[in-house]
Amino acid sequence: MPDAGGPLLPPAGPAAAVPGPAAFADVLGWLATHYNYAIYILLMMIGLYAVLAKGNLVKKVIGLNLLQTAVFLFYLSIGKIDGATAPVVWTDRPPGAEGVPYENPVPHVLMLTAIVVGVSVTAVALALVVRIREAYGTVDEGEILASDEAQEEAESARAEAQEAAADAAGARE
Amino acid sequence: MRSTDSLIVRYIARRSVPFIQLYALYVLGHGEDGPGGGFQGGVIFASSFVLLGLANGWGYGRRAAPARLLDPLLPLGCLIYLGIGLAALLAGGAFLEYGALAGSDDPEVRRHWHHYGLIGIEVGVMVTVSAAMATLFFEMARPARVQARVDRVGEEADRA
Amino acid sequence: MDAQLPALVIVVPLLAALLVPLAGRRAAWGLVALALLLAFAGCVRLLVRAHALPEGEAIRYALGGWAAPVGIEYVVDRLNALVLTMLSGVAFLVALWMRRSTAREIRPPAVTGYYSVFLLMAAGLMGITITGDVFNLYVFLEIASITAYVLIAMGRRRQALYAGYSYLILGSLGATFILLGIGHLYMATGTLAMADIAAVFAREPQLYDSSVIRTAFAFFTVGLALKMALFPLHGWQPGAYAEAPSATSVFLAATATKVSAYALYRVAFTVFGVRFLETGLPVVRDALLVMACSAIVVGPLLAIRQHDLKRLLAYSSVGQIGYVVLGLALHNADGLTGSFLHFWNHAAAKGALFCVAGALAYRAGTTQVAALKGLGRRAPLTAMLLTVAACSMVGVPLTAGFLTKWYLARGALEAGQWAVIPVLLASSLFTAVYAWRLLQLAWFADEDGPVAEDVPWSMRAPSLVLGAACLVLGVAPLALPVAQAAAEALL
Repeated sequence: MPDAGGPLLPPAGPAAAVPGPAAFADVLGWLATHYNYAIYILLMMIGLYAVLAKGNLVKKVIGLNLLQTAVFLFYLSIGKIDGATAPVVWTDRPPGAEGVPYENPVPHVLMLTAIVVGVSVTAVALALVVRIREAYGTVDEGEILASDEAQEEAESARAEAQEAAADAAGARE
Repeated sequence: MRSTDSLIVRYIARRSVPFIQLYALYVLGHGEDGPGGGFQGGVIFASSFVLLGLANGWGYGRRAAPARLLDPLLPLGCLIYLGIGLAALLAGGAFLEYGALAGSDDPEVRRHWHHYGLIGIEVGVMVTVSAAMATLFFEMARPARVQARVDRVGEEADRA
Repeated sequence: MDAQLPALVIVVPLLAALLVPLAGRRAAWGLVALALLLAFAGCVRLLVRAHALPEGEAIRYALGGWAAPVGIEYVVDRLNALVLTMLSGVAFLVALWMRRSTAREIRPPAVTGYYSVFLLMAAGLMGITITGDVFNLYVFLEIASITAYVLIAMGRRRQALYAGYSYLILGSLGATFILLGIGHLYMATGTLAMADIAAVFAREPQLYDSSVIRTAFAFFTVGLALKMALFPLHGWQPGAYAEAPSATSVFLAATATKVSAYALYRVAFTVFGVRFLETGLPVVRDALLVMACSAIVVGPLLAIRQHDLKRLLAYSSVGQIGYVVLGLALHNADGLTGSFLHFWNHAAAKGALFCVAGALAYRAGTTQVAALKGLGRRAPLTAMLLTVAACSMVGVPLTAGFLTKWYLARGALEAGQWAVIPVLLASSLFTAVYAWRLLQLAWFADEDGPVAEDVPWSMRAPSLVLGAACLVLGVAPLALPVAQAAAEALL
């Protein structure tokens, strides 16, 4: 198991209820050593915001990509060891020889797969956006929903009119 | 997508294609014992067609990598992958156990066949990845007038 | 060949999916049906073999000859043999059913592509079920999801595009959460093989108190709840089911969300262990109980006021997934038996109902509920199918749905959750309301029209098999021992 280099959460000091200067220094210290986790959380929140709050379909896809990038950063942070080399097989010097640590390759491999998956999802999403643009003439979610609603209303009005006409015809008979 | 106006850019883009593709093959060949492999090689290979499309226009790039060539290549690469896996299975090993392809228990021979199987798989991955990336680029970047023609053909096929 | 079955049931549909675009339009459908028939036969054989093994053991298959913690392992035990059989069986029946339906609903040049993607999705869903590696589970989940987005977006109306897009956004969000869950799990245990993670937990029980592990479980739960459309995360489902081509609707509704539910069972029981549910993070268990019960009540309530048959059935599915999750929240033998029975029961009933909707789309060109008028006279067999499946949804005794509710109720009493009983009763009542509306239109609404107007036999026969399953599973003690054995194996 890779060593991430210390506890993952800022240690809760005795003064946790009223954050004093010591607790503040703890948080700062955590940020200084684990800033990649902070960036991952920040990136993820930006991505989530874009996915949920943006009305533009392309921007939602960009938000999804940000979210995935945040996950890549998270995985790579797990595998990172300070001062370690790449886990490549040297013919003259096997990894781990002379006490040289090497990084955990497994998260890298997993993320290679996740990147391919992410590209596939993005490709399908963009293809759908292109088709939506052709069908609706817009990539704005609000306009699409409004257009659908108008269509549904027109359809149900037509159906009601037909039913009423049929009823009237039945009554005449 | 129109071609660029600069003759130099167009010329250099055309002339870089063989070098990019050679580099892609180099990356592919190093996949089994170092950084590289089918994914990376495939993407680099496809980038040569993307460059052609960007510099010399959509049609020029698409003629170099036409749909009737790429479309069968998409499943073909995966079929190479699955075929090697199934061959190992038929040779008495587990699915994708390339060592079993050797048909002998000598660890040295098995190790060699393991490498051959691995390279075969990487080639399969490269075929599919490069075809997929090039297809993605050309389909997404398709100019409107080409799209209109494709739609017309599709509608005619529908009617027929 | 018998030893290779766990790999072959996945590889054969995958191989066929790649051959279909090369085979051409005429041979394509035969290839799809043949591949899925072979997969179904393999899954039945696996089910028999898994039950022949002593309890606690499973069929294990190391891909590429790499043993488990290093390589990827396929594991077939009593639980996922049940799900695999359901999956491949429904996929085969839908493959038989869909030839005429897709010919009418999909543009001719796209039909082979549709078949290919359909096979990929079937292989992806079966992969989720069979794998014993958490990251491999994510990869198969994404294969099944991406293909599902495409299959939905191929619907006739432009709304299908937007439905597919919405599902894509929410589904990817769910998958990303699952990926984060896997990351946290790997961070704390250092391994990805399910059996290996379970061994780490057995060795170091103090890990249950770790915030990393709890975060991992929370991510898994939210991600999988999104993918299985568990109320209130069901937003993508009605649009997706209603706008998709009929064959997609039948297959998705009968299988897809249940496979995500299975994944949650696998993660909760095999990876984290039943003790974690009880002591580690009971709040998630309670939350699942509340969500399942709300789904069971709200789903049919929302279904009552729908005018489109497919949308109505989709809301009914929102309720039905609650039954599948309820067993997890109760986590005792009877509760689990009820939920596992529902894997088969709901697949049969909802598959049959969506076949009726597909038949309606094929004949009448619409899926409005009003179009059911006079179905009993025009197409008596299809109307019978509607009746039997609707009865099973309500839970009428002697149908399969009754067994589910019976065992869930027993499990709830055993767990001391008295409040679940009125929930189950209310849900049956609401389901009966919309079922009655459908049946009244089909049998008793007077309308003059052509007499014989049923769908062709190639569509009727597979859907009738699903309808017959609703009755057989309710009467014959066929599924019950299988589900009970699966439940006992988990606890």
